[in-house]
Amino acid sequence: MPSTQAASLLERFVASLEEIDVAWSRTDANGFESTLESVLEEPAVGVPIPIDGASLPDTVETDLDPETVRAAATGVTPATIAVADYGSVLLESDANGSELASLFSETHVPVIREQDVVGTMADAFEDLGPLLRGDQGDVIVATGPSATSDMGALVTGVHGPTDVHVVIVEQ
Amino acid sequence: MSGKNSERAERKVSKRAKAAKIRGIMEQEGTAIETNTQGFNDGRYESVADLEDYEGLKDEARAIKEDAIARLPDLIDDLTAAVEDNGGTVYLAEDAAEANEYIESIVADADADSVAKSKSMTTEELEVNEHLEDASVDVVETDLGEWVLQVAEEAPSHLVAPAIHKSREEITTLFEERFDPDVPLETAEDLTKFAREQLADDIASADVGMTGANFLTADSGTMALVTSEGNARKTVASTDTHVAVAGVEKIVPSVEDLQPFIELIGRSGTGQDITSYVSLLTPPIDAPTFADEEFGDADARDFHLVLIDNGRMAMREDEDLRETLYCIRCSACANSCANFQQVGGHAFGGETYTGGIATGWEAGIGGEEAAEDFNDLCTGCSRCTEACPVKIDIPWVNTVVRDRLNRGADPDAFDHLVSGLTPDPEPAGLDLQKRFFGNFSTVAKLGSAFAPVSNWVAEAPPSRWLAETILGVDRRRDMPKFTRGTLRKWAKGRDSLADPDREVVLLADTYTNYMHVERGKATIRALEALGCEVHVADTSESGRAALSQGMIATAREHAESVADSLEPHVEAGRDVIVVEPSDLAMLRNDYERLLDAETFDRIATNSYEVLEYVYGLIENGADINALADGDGEEIAYHSHCQQRTLGLDAHTEAILDRLGFDLLTSEVECCGMAGSFGFKQQYYDVSMAVGDDLREQFTTPDTEDRTVVASGTSCHDQLTELLERSVTHPVEVIAPAE
Repeated sequence: MPSTQAASLLERFVASLEEIDVAWSRTDANGFESTLESVLEEPAVGVPIPIDGASLPDTVETDLDPETVRAAATGVTPATIAVADYGSVLLESDANGSELASLFSETHVPVIREQDVVGTMADAFEDLGPLLRGDQGDVIVATGPSATSDMGALVTGVHGPTDVHVVIVEQ
Repeated sequence: MSGKNSERAERKVSKRAKAAKIRGIMEQEGTAIETNTQGFNDGRYESVADLEDYEGLKDEARAIKEDAIARLPDLIDDLTAAVEDNGGTVYLAEDAAEANEYIESIVADADADSVAKSKSMTTEELEVNEHLEDASVDVVETDLGEWVLQVAEEAPSHLVAPAIHKSREEITTLFEERFDPDVPLETAEDLTKFAREQLADDIASADVGMTGANFLTADSGTMALVTSEGNARKTVASTDTHVAVAGVEKIVPSVEDLQPFIELIGRSGTGQDITSYVSLLTPPIDAPTFADEEFGDADARDFHLVLIDNGRMAMREDEDLRETLYCIRCSACANSCANFQQVGGHAFGGETYTGGIATGWEAGIGGEEAAEDFNDLCTGCSRCTEACPVKIDIPWVNTVVRDRLNRGADPDAFDHLVSGLTPDPEPAGLDLQKRFFGNFSTVAKLGSAFAPVSNWVAEAPPSRWLAETILGVDRRRDMPKFTRGTLRKWAKGRDSLADPDREVVLLADTYTNYMHVERGKATIRALEALGCEVHVADTSESGRAALSQGMIATAREHAESVADSLEPHVEAGRDVIVVEPSDLAMLRNDYERLLDAETFDRIATNSYEVLEYVYGLIENGADINALADGDGEEIAYHSHCQQRTLGLDAHTEAILDRLGFDLLTSEVECCGMAGSFGFKQQYYDVSMAVGDDLREQFTTPDTEDRTVVASGTSCHDQLTELLERSVTHPVEVIAPAE
């Protein structure tokens, strides 16, 4: 991918995140651990991030059980694709419990590779078709925190996370 | 006679009772409904403006739905195979009873005594909760709005935001009375936190999770759930047995087909670009289960898809109701509706569904009678048609159901008995109010012939009493004023233009010909000044009046007569000019349903609204100086709802601006009169409430002294009453003096 286009995709993505008040950090594999340490609050839970050289800090509990997941202040999970136009991240369910760690924590920290940022929702669906048909997978298109207006004004943090902090890993 | 009299008395009472019921709902819920729906509607405009190709995306969505419904039986088979291949089960329930029994059996098989539910209108339709509760199963709604209603024991008033009619203060009172909480619940944050904590325990202890589905993909067996709170995710993840309940119309062929809907649904509904979560689940899901203190294997998860027919397959065979199945229940038709904004879904809705499209759903599921109570709240203003992401002709669905209701259970039952005794081809039992307004052209013709005596008689107290008692014409309305001498007669006595550049034919609608003759005269003067010879068609009534009462056969007769009258002119190369926007909307849109394709096409492509035509003439070189100079005159202009839908408000504004008028335009999309609607006793209050925003806008210090100009006759009548100022048509201010 030409670097100018990649740069503009990233710019579009973070502009969308800022529009919906979602925090973000950008780092590389070497700086990943320290970036996470500055972002997360304990108790933190997480699942392994499938990015070469990106390992979770020791403070992140990866041996998950219902109680630790329910009590987590932060949940760190991988995101498969990010959609620049919307500031969305695509979260896959897996046996590691990614869905649970991303849903029950107060702050969700999705980790996305910079090269996995696509421009439009149509671009994302080019990958989603084969994924859902082939692996019978489950994907959440997540955009910002959990929210409701049912109580008379917009409130974040209902059944899902109150805050989202996206970590973008360049390679 | 006594039978007829008592029937009339009953109608009188029921119209009065209806007015009282609507007034009560408006007093109780109107403020919250108006604030919220108008907020959603404004958000929709903002959000769709960000899309690169909004119209293209809507076309794509529409095409997917058309295709899916056309081959629905095959898609049901494909989906069933895909779900079973994933390890789930599929059950196709013919009706609510079958669905409920099956769901109860799943719950029993899972040995469950509690069910956590995420929001689903289809389960409301089935009344699943009541059924399960009768079987001693606890059901908890986890969407906060639905939960509030469950606690309050009320029905949803909106498709997407079910508790939209409740203010924060009312929810506080409700929770305090019901739960006696330890901490004060003052803010929306307090209330949300309280609800979250209550529900977290309920979800954790539930054995079965029940969801709806916004979409189902036949190729993969995936379901899409569009939510923001995260309750659907939690409901599915926290329980081992997942039951999804969905109407068969939710199936689309492939995963890729979801994309336009995901981009449109939030924008169209609540004005969100996208909701927080779009769950694309191919259940049973892959997440570990909550097994006491440890996570368990995902293989322990069960999934059951319950597909609901409940009238939908029959709707698919019904040419006029079929479109309803394309509905994605986004709520755009409710939010964009001026009447809904005042009354909400408790008045403008049936057993389950609310807003403009509710007529289609309720009639399809429960028969026409299920829509009878609220169907007339659709005035056919058409503002919803451009808001609908799948381009459903919602006014037409309402008109068809109204026509069927007019005709009763047996559509042809009385026609042969009464032919010749009524002024139209409608059944004998038709409501007199509808027959009166539907045949207004006949009334106008007589009224004009006997003016001014007819005006004196119409305004006399005994007449007003009779009109209200028999016809349900609200006594508080001024009666329309008829003019002695019609526009057609005036035009006949006029010399034809020497050496015209072109010839046009004016369809002098009922109002222009018999009542607002001045605007007809101004139209002719303006067009002549721009080099047009103006012929006047020998018919007036487009059929709009009849169509709005659901009198389709009568409307078709008018359409045919208009077509007969216009065709020689069109053949002679004359463009058709229309003053009244609602009549132009007939010619350009509704005639497609009433005339053969070729005739419709010929008339539709050659017809223009008068200021649209003036704009075109000037763009093509006609001399604007031939029209009246605006000279800085301050004008407050209100466009017409159907004119806005046709995209023609801009032409009038451009001409007024170019002529040097100081122009201020209303932001209110509908005046609330909507033809006969505001005259009807049962709807007078709604009509005035809708008009209130317009009154406010035109009575500010900057607008109170402006000349008020409106494009529609209804808007003219409504504004005259709201403002107690005289109102004129734009063509009257731009036409050169005689």
